[in-house]
Amino acid sequence: MTASSPLPTPLGDFRQHPLARELAALSSEQLLWLSGYAYGLAQRGAGAVAAVPATDSKPALTATVLYGSQTGNAKRLAEQLHSELQAQGIAARVLRASDYPTRELAQEKLLLVAISTQGEGEPPEDSIALFKFLASNRAPKLPQLKYAIFALGDRSYNQFCAAGKNLAGLLDKLGASEWQPRVDADVEYDADAKRWRADIVEQAKKLQPVSSAPSAQVLPLRPATAAHYHRDKPFPAPVLAVQKITARDSSKDVRHIELSLAGSGLSYEPGDTLGIWPRNPALVVDAVLATLALDGESPVVIDGEALSLRRWLSEKRELTQLAKPVLERYQQIAQQEKLAELLKPAQASALQAFLTAHQFLDVLQQFPARLSAEQLVSVLRPLTPRLYSIASSQKLVGDEVHLTVGVVDEQTDAGRRVGAASRFLADLNDSETVEVFVEHNPAFRLPDDDSRDLILIGPGTGIAPFRAFVQERAERAAGGANVGKIWLFFGNQHFTSQFLYQTEWQAALKSGALSKLSLAFSRDQAERIYVQHRLREQAKAVYDWLERGAAVYLCGDAKQMAPDVHAALREIIAEQSGKDLTYADEYLDRLREEGRYRRDVY
Amino acid sequence: MSGPSEVEGIKARSQFLRGSLKESVADEHTGAIRADDTMIIKFHGSYQQDDRDLRAERAEQKLEPLYSFMLRVRMPAGVATPAQWLKMDELARTYGNDTLKLTTRQAFQLHGVLKRNLKATIQGISSVALDTIAACGDINRNVILSANPEQSDAWQQVYPHVQAVATHLLPKTKAYHEIWLDGELVEGGEPEEEPIYGPTYLPRKFKTAFVVPPVNDVDVFAHDMGFIAIFDNGKLAGFNVTVGGGLGSTHGDKTTYPRLADVIGFVTPEQLLSVAEHIVTTQRDHGERSVRKHARLKYTIAKHGIDWFKRELEARTGFALAPAREFTFDHNGDRFGWVDGTDGRAHLTLHIDGGRVVDRDGKRLLSGLREIAKIHAGDFRLTPNQNLVIANVPARLRGRIDALVAEYGMGQYQTVTPLRRDALACVSLPTCSLAMAEAERYLPDFVGKVEALLEQNGLLSFPLNLRITGCPNGCARPWLAEVGLIGKAPGRYNLYLGGDAAGTRFNQLYRENIDEPTILAELAPLFGRFASERKPTERFGDWLHRAAVLTAAA
Ligand code: SRM
Ligand SMILES: Cc1cc2nc3c(=O)[nH]c(=O)nc-3n(C[C@H](O)[C@H](O)[C@H](O)COP(=O)(O)OP(=O)(O)OC[C@H]3O[C@@H](n4cnc5c(N)ncnc54)[C@H](O)[C@@H]3O)c2cc1C
Ligand SMILES: Cc1cc2nc3c(=O)[nH]c(=O)nc-3n(C[C@H](O)[C@H](O)[C@H](O)COP(=O)(O)O)c2cc1C
Ligand code: SF4
Repeated sequence: MTASSPLPTPLGDFRQHPLARELAALSSEQLLWLSGYAYGLAQRGAGAVAAVPATDSKPALTATVLYGSQTGNAKRLAEQLHSELQAQGIAARVLRASDYPTRELAQEKLLLVAISTQGEGEPPEDSIALFKFLASNRAPKLPQLKYAIFALGDRSYNQFCAAGKNLAGLLDKLGASEWQPRVDADVEYDADAKRWRADIVEQAKKLQPVSSAPSAQVLPLRPATAAHYHRDKPFPAPVLAVQKITARDSSKDVRHIELSLAGSGLSYEPGDTLGIWPRNPALVVDAVLATLALDGESPVVIDGEALSLRRWLSEKRELTQLAKPVLERYQQIAQQEKLAELLKPAQASALQAFLTAHQFLDVLQQFPARLSAEQLVSVLRPLTPRLYSIASSQKLVGDEVHLTVGVVDEQTDAGRRVGAASRFLADLNDSETVEVFVEHNPAFRLPDDDSRDLILIGPGTGIAPFRAFVQERAERAAGGANVGKIWLFFGNQHFTSQFLYQTEWQAALKSGALSKLSLAFSRDQAERIYVQHRLREQAKAVYDWLERGAAVYLCGDAKQMAPDVHAALREIIAEQSGKDLTYADEYLDRLREEGRYRRDVY
Repeated sequence: MSGPSEVEGIKARSQFLRGSLKESVADEHTGAIRADDTMIIKFHGSYQQDDRDLRAERAEQKLEPLYSFMLRVRMPAGVATPAQWLKMDELARTYGNDTLKLTTRQAFQLHGVLKRNLKATIQGISSVALDTIAACGDINRNVILSANPEQSDAWQQVYPHVQAVATHLLPKTKAYHEIWLDGELVEGGEPEEEPIYGPTYLPRKFKTAFVVPPVNDVDVFAHDMGFIAIFDNGKLAGFNVTVGGGLGSTHGDKTTYPRLADVIGFVTPEQLLSVAEHIVTTQRDHGERSVRKHARLKYTIAKHGIDWFKRELEARTGFALAPAREFTFDHNGDRFGWVDGTDGRAHLTLHIDGGRVVDRDGKRLLSGLREIAKIHAGDFRLTPNQNLVIANVPARLRGRIDALVAEYGMGQYQTVTPLRRDALACVSLPTCSLAMAEAERYLPDFVGKVEALLEQNGLLSFPLNLRITGCPNGCARPWLAEVGLIGKAPGRYNLYLGGDAAGTRFNQLYRENIDEPTILAELAPLFGRFASERKPTERFGDWLHRAAVLTAAA
């Protein structure tokens, strides 16, 4: 079809329709919502539109449900709230923070936010721009705005729910008012979330003008490819390969994992993540059973679900990650003096240190107690899925999905400590399946413009999504696209044993799929060298690339690497532009706004 | 006739051995260097290798082979000072694989040096006035000399001539200094000249050995060029000249073969340099440059005849060679234990299993020799049989050195059987890229099995010269052993029998491509017969001929 021929639509040449221009400004999520909304209207028959006390005169309450989410928890919560509101006929939209049109803020009446905290008290990547906007002079006064925040976090971090708290502070400063009390939720947030959603829906109903008829029932539509497999109904993916990709003498064990999605209807884009429901490795379950002298075969019934204790522990409960509520419940039974001490408010930082460096086995060893099988299952919290960056492009691998998994497995004085998911994945063999779902990550997509140059910074397992990016770009190039250059920064401890996908990168350099590869092996020489050092060494070239429109992607460690790389980029920009760090911050903000500085850190 | 081989082109383009080594070394994406540079780096004393034990595994791990470099140190006559020893020991532990290899040509080898450490390692070697220049490559290599401490007077007279020939035949290019030692760049392209070699150097490797009879520890007939020292009443008179030795061959290719050198005459010490230079230039101009397999001097001589070679040489030197003088060799092994010198100093020859200086199983050679080097006032001499002489020990230090030898478990020379003491194996797997079967790693085990056979026949204290190599290149000179094993495939060897004890007669192929049980089954009855038929001092290799075992089998 040529560009000039009008689309045959019920609206005539739709491109001339006033709606067309409005629609063009909407994000894909907004469009999806709208399509459902429109569909709902259509279901209620002609004239329904008139019945909606819409737009100009007396608007029904339009709430905006906003989320800032890294690993999908806040997103899920927001989407649930959104559909519950709609089910009650309350008009609402749901948006990722990065998709929120900030110019509408001044008219916004009710903002319902679910937001997690990342890094060390930072907002998730998708919310950083919004935070900056709210803190800037450009932010309007917001006396009309009522808000409610559900903050997701983890008490084992110093800056517990800092993003939620900071968001509240920013909104307060602009004159907004807290509508419902903020909830700061720990890792076990399900019950809190349920209550919060119910409260919100209840209160929102009260705000709703009595006269107004229920608006259109919005039927959420999914893209055609949308799978019927999701987090709570994962797909059992057959294992195709589990290959160690660090050498024999490497201190780190990293596995390249290939799974099959054939027949699942699941699809993904480079930048997306794969959720994995692990099973606790037998060695962990056995150790817990042995320490408590419990029989794995004894049946345990909790909330009407009857399983053997062993199955509870391997399939349903978290054994390798601790959380404060678990310790508190444990303490109720254990009544251990030392543990009581640790749980005192004054010991918060000691507790945090304990939680991040120990597992349930350590608790059993350090604060021994006798637990019945039922007590044990009730004390523990539900098993949670783990996320892994997808390391493949479907354009190349079709129905397969590849991951790059760093195995957590350490011999400590107290015994062997393994990561539930990474150990589980590493030990899979190819007659087995693993329960997976795709967690889309629109904040970490390749630029729409293939010809844009890319600077990819992914040390350690942070390399994973960039393998997908390079594959995708190479396939697009093979399909005739005019693709930009790619400059990859990779680092690890040792060149000979931990150069992940070395032979693939060498081939990519040869074929031109990769233009430049800068390497930092931190422990191959006396002084430690990391990717940020390589960036600085190449400051001029990095800045040139940025000036010529390159997009920067960063993936991997959130604690050390991401801040260090960010600092390096700031310095490079300040120094190379001949301006200062304030300018560099603005520069980076602009990159972020333009989608040219994207991060996926964990 | 075909044109020059690919290697000839690489040499010609290399601008006197520079190639693109600098760029290759700087490339951080790989532990390897460019293909052409792998030829050039040999002239700098290094081979690119990879750990063959890990090759398949790493390919699955999406990792390139574990590339590393072997560095061979050029040390005329295998002489090293304690300071040099200590530096090599340090480099082995810092950049190498925690071992020092003493080679069959009296050199140190470091194995496992990663590309990024090459420069630092070579600079370390240079810091103690050693180098790796021309330790490998198509050029005259390390010049070797008998290590026999019993003849320290004779040794002292010959040694300066070894140094003179070694220095005279060094390449003149400054490439080595430029690339590794940050030496100044020679300006403007190629102002350099190689008066002896020319821009493409020699057609093939070239090896020179000096020997002091009656010990033929260097196996003088195995080298391209040899000088047999001749003494008149204890004073050096000159040298018998040998040419055209070489061992390497290819399984199944009859156009390649080991060849014993010819003795072509006698020269005085004054004539030595000229003769050495012109043997080299004759080979430079007449050696085969299209087919590398046929490029050693031995094939040049086989092609043109020894008389032609002698005429050509004399035309170049401008003088005639005198007739060769009388000499005899009695054996090619080392003399172990303490030997008193004439000047009050003594020499201790230690047995080094496979020439590998390493801390292993209670034998802590690397640590022990480090301790000895710390107190030693004389020097070290590497022997052509991969052993070590602690030379010129003043009487007062003997006790301390003995104590260290005992403390670090280095006294094998006193306890092991003659078989084990004299046995040789080349490096082979996992570093040697040409290896077809195990050698160094297999030797200790295999010797144990042969010892058992000897013991059954009451021969355990009897000397028997056994050598194993992983392929027919012959790096441990297996054709000169009484029993030689030459690798064919993993676990399979060709069995050669019948060399003499003095390194003057080749053995013969006895059985092809056999495994260990078959090898032992072949040897057992021969040992049995030998035990009952032998004359009192007769060696196994000689008996095989007298008893016509070999002709019968051939
Ligand atoms: C280290 C050493 C064996 C040992 O265990 O001591 C050795 C080791 C190697 N030799 Fe050798 N040769 C060694 C003495 C010999 C000898 C014995 C001698 O010269 O007294 C010979 C037989 C004499 C001769 O040259 O004919 C020997 C004949 C070869 C050959 C066959 C040459 C030929 O003309 O066919 C090769 C292969 C080649 O050059 O293509 C070879 C090649 C090699 C290489 C470099 C393999 C390669 O080309 O990739 C081996 C390195 C293994 C490693 O990992 O270290 N090596 N090589 C000896 C080092 C001597 C030195 O310090 O320079
Ligand atoms: C968006 C995103 C993308 C990701 N992408 C990747 C990826 O591509 N590749 C990848 O490898 N990972 C990735 N991760 C991390 C991954 O999700 C998991 O967190 C990681 O694999 C560890 O999970 P696990 O189940 O193996 O360990 P867990 O079972 O979570 O165990 C870890 C816990 O064990 C405890 N512990 C650790 N060491 C010790 C010790 N020595 N003694 C006592 N206790 C100890 C600590 O409490 C720690 O929290 C990503 C994460 C996110 C959020
Ligand atoms: C790398 C990382 C850093 C985190 N840092 C914090 C933190 O500083 N404070 C906090 O309360 N929670 C922190 N958390 C916990 C998350 O906020 C929590 O897991 C939340 O449920 C994630 O929600 P999301 O999936 O919507 O991003 C961190 C989690 C990760 C993975
Ligand atoms: S004989 Fe063959 S296997 Fe042994 S070191 Fe020489 S080239 Fe390698």
